[in-house]
Amino acid sequence: MLCNICGKKPATVHLTEIVDDQMTELHLCEECAHQKSAQMEQQFGLSDLLAGLAEFEKPKKEAESILLKCPNCGFTYAEFQKIGRLGCSECYGAFKGYLLPLLKRIHGSNMHVGKIPLSSGKMPKREKAAAVTSDEFDLQEMRRRLQAAISAEAFEEAAKIRDQIKEMEKGQTQGRDTKEGK
Amino acid sequence: MKLNDLLKHTSEWLKGTGPNSDIVISSRIRLARNLDKLPFPHLANKKQGENVLNAVLEAAGGASYLKKATTFRLMELDNVDKQFLVERHLMSLEHAQHPENKALIIDDEEIVSIMINEEDHIRMQVMQSGFNVFEAWNIINNIDDALAKELRLAFRADLGYLTACPTNVGTGMRGSVMLHLPALVMAGQINRVLAAIAKLSFTTRGLCGEGTQASGNFFQISNQVSLGNSEEDIIEGINGLIRQIIEQENQARKVLFSQNKAMLEDRINRSFGILKSARIISSQETIELLSMVRLGVDLGVLNNLERSTVNELFIITQPAHLQKIKKGRLSSQERDIERAQLIRNKLINSQN
Repeated sequence: MLCNICGKKPATVHLTEIVDDQMTELHLCEECAHQKSAQMEQQFGLSDLLAGLAEFEKPKKEAESILLKCPNCGFTYAEFQKIGRLGCSECYGAFKGYLLPLLKRIHGSNMHVGKIPLSSGKMPKREKAAAVTSDEFDLQEMRRRLQAAISAEAFEEAAKIRDQIKEMEKGQTQGRDTKEGK
Repeated sequence: MKLNDLLKHTSEWLKGTGPNSDIVISSRIRLARNLDKLPFPHLANKKQGENVLNAVLEAAGGASYLKKATTFRLMELDNVDKQFLVERHLMSLEHAQHPENKALIIDDEEIVSIMINEEDHIRMQVMQSGFNVFEAWNIINNIDDALAKELRLAFRADLGYLTACPTNVGTGMRGSVMLHLPALVMAGQINRVLAAIAKLSFTTRGLCGEGTQASGNFFQISNQVSLGNSEEDIIEGINGLIRQIIEQENQARKVLFSQNKAMLEDRINRSFGILKSARIISSQETIELLSMVRLGVDLGVLNNLERSTVNELFIITQPAHLQKIKKGRLSSQERDIERAQLIRNKLINSQN
């Protein structure tokens, strides 16, 4: 299927748009989808967009994610998808498997490297943050190669690396799901 | 300090001093922080919200930077007061809505402001005049440390500071620089510059911050990404980007001034003339004309005028400020008349 906007490139992003109660489906190439999302950001508040993104990240086991509930505050993943805000700090742990890909999409990273609070004797350990898994390391290396290929305008090579990264990310998320979803 | 005392002095960030203050109006850093395990403000019940409010107020009371600070509880402010604080960039529009359990702490120079129970439990900001992101970071970093000593903040080693909205997680930091770019706009180059900014994951907003369109010649540029880079790297990134934009604006000003000197001097002096003589003026027109007058001060076309006077006029000609000065409610038409008079008085007095 070709992109509905430019009609040139293959559609890889599929959107459902509702304007005045009229539902239309859009099939877009990555480039046009990017522009479209910029437009949407202007039209809607950021939380709508975020909620949309979270929706986009909907995992295969849908029922499971909807039932997902934070043990601390009782906020559900379904509510987060609706309003784009979490319930409390513990939600990050409870929904981690689903949030990590979302954070990567928003920030291009899901690993904090900045300041650590000087809390009263309860300082979180730095080692935990530094302990990047080997999967994560490989992924970072692949992303560096992707950037290098793009800057060298070697787009075929870049496309190959991108697909490999996607495969690796999929493997990683599934690994996390099985670990956390027990 | 009472709220009305703010009227008597000019906020630190409006002084028109500091590095590159011909192009950069102000630099701002904000940090989002939350208390561990407590529900974020949108989910908290009355008791929980009150607990957060009291804990943060107590912690802030011990911070040396906040010795001369004043706390305002939003429940105790009327609509004009709230709008007044928003117009001075001391709090967000969101903070002005649903006032329950919300407070605002500001220091007497209006450099530091802390919103309690906005989107996050704590939203602190530091504003500096001119291009001064590093100094702003130093100050806010210290305040953050002082609060962290007293409060158990929501933090994970892998994801950093945890925020209500995942767009702020990590450093919880947003650095913003307010720029005045009239020459790039006049030269028709601004869209090229804004497109380049967007590509680098920075956002551009208007004069009044979040949710406002970039309009006229004022642009507020902020980092979009808060996770995966250290605070210093984010600030370096902003610093590098803003330096380039300053250079481009300077270049455009030089070209305009050398090639279209008469046209530019005409526009600046006409704008000044209208401001000095108008009897009815809208806020939109005021911003447009003041922008040209500010350019005139920067380029030395208008000599007897202080930059801080022009900066101040941007703020005090806004609706809530006019009503505070007039000590009463004014309709939109009445405001346009008051605004014109206020501007005339300020400009004529400042020239003596």
